[in-house]
Amino acid sequence: MNVPDDLKYTETHEWIRIEGDQARVGVTDHAQEELTDVVFVELPTVGDKVAAGASVAVVESVKSAGDIYAPVSGTIVAVNEALVDSPALVNTDPYGEGWLFTLKLDAPEEVAQLQDAAAYRALLGE
Amino acid sequence: MVDFGGWNMPVQYTGILDEHHAVRNAVGVFDISHMGEVFVSGPEAANWLNQVLTNNIERLEPGECQYTFLLNPDGGVIDDLIAYRLEEGRYLLVVNASKIDEDVAWLQSHLAQGVTLENRSDEFAGLAVQGPRAAVLFDRFFEGKISRPARNEIKRYDACCTTVWIARTGYTGEDGFELFFKAEFAPTIWQSILEKGSDLGIRPCGLGARDTLRLEMCYPLNGSDLSASHTPIEAGMSFFVDLEKPDFIGRSKLAEQRAQGVSKRLVPFKMKGKTPPPRSHYKIFKNGEAIAETTSGTLSPTLGIGIGMAYIPSEFARINEEIEIDIRGRRFPATIEKKPLHRK
Repeated sequence: MNVPDDLKYTETHEWIRIEGDQARVGVTDHAQEELTDVVFVELPTVGDKVAAGASVAVVESVKSAGDIYAPVSGTIVAVNEALVDSPALVNTDPYGEGWLFTLKLDAPEEVAQLQDAAAYRALLGE
Repeated sequence: MVDFGGWNMPVQYTGILDEHHAVRNAVGVFDISHMGEVFVSGPEAANWLNQVLTNNIERLEPGECQYTFLLNPDGGVIDDLIAYRLEEGRYLLVVNASKIDEDVAWLQSHLAQGVTLENRSDEFAGLAVQGPRAAVLFDRFFEGKISRPARNEIKRYDACCTTVWIARTGYTGEDGFELFFKAEFAPTIWQSILEKGSDLGIRPCGLGARDTLRLEMCYPLNGSDLSASHTPIEAGMSFFVDLEKPDFIGRSKLAEQRAQGVSKRLVPFKMKGKTPPPRSHYKIFKNGEAIAETTSGTLSPTLGIGIGMAYIPSEFARINEEIEIDIRGRRFPATIEKKPLHRK
């Protein structure tokens, strides 16, 4: 399972990449595999204020709908519009073209509470 | 892997969409060993089956089969099944995995003189080979030792070491075969079918594709679209109910519904445009009022649009009627459609 070392992770299988005072969020390789073929992504709205742990997006496969939680608190500053027409990017490139949204961090200290790659691999039992 | 009627089964192998398209365009193989196999035999078998099942078993010649229902006295569905007439006085009922115990207990409690019931579900494995290339694969697999059964027929094939029952039936809307045989041979036959079909584009298929394929055809799934609180008439399955038979369990309720009409009917719907996929137990609105909830729903891989089924009040259960499906608090437009949703 692909778990890049430079990202932080949540127990609910989101990844987060810190880019200055913003953070980019997506779902992990493990999550996309569990979801199966993604056919629809419901994205948050730019400007939404979200609290860490709040449900902010829904990724739907043929099989089921999965809630996506904000790893940290902040304001949504961008969403991946490409997913509207190409939701399968979540499967083919979960850490790249399949990103979901970016948010401006409210409390950068929250990032320290997320898991690093080693801890996330342990969670997956690897 | 998920628990399905007590069986640990894969939702997918290569991916639901990939498997779905393989069955529509080439061929796929499903492990259906979870299905129950109940043998009914004896001089009174036909008469007795006509008492407990809705369809008319007398219409079957040896080697033919029919879709039929097992009902409770109120006309509600206990199970839907295929009854095969294997030979004179001997029948095979293939029933849903999750209902084996309930079906067998019900049948045992209504058993008549001159009828023997054998639940051999644990002994038997089953494979369904489905898709436009299934016939070619059949010929390769059996190497001309047996001809293909015709649609809705079943044939007995005695191989070197065991008997295989081969039926031209399925749950996908495609041409195909279902094979039933002793479980110990399952891994060998499964592997052999996959190898012989590899250049035909064969895929092993899981429960996910089984569900999307059957829903495009509007084949009901017991426990979702069928239940003890709905009759086959409400489910739009009158074709498989013979009210000319003098009696069968549940008949009086069905005759009453036939005469007076039903208050709701199971109908398929299609979402309009790009929406989240509908799923079961989503509320349905008409003129601002909640009128029903979905019994099944998915994204149709063939149509590329959300589809589903629901018991809709009869006044609205008409083709092209517009309804709204509530998905996470937002309502999306849909229209009621004719069965099946997928046509060749």
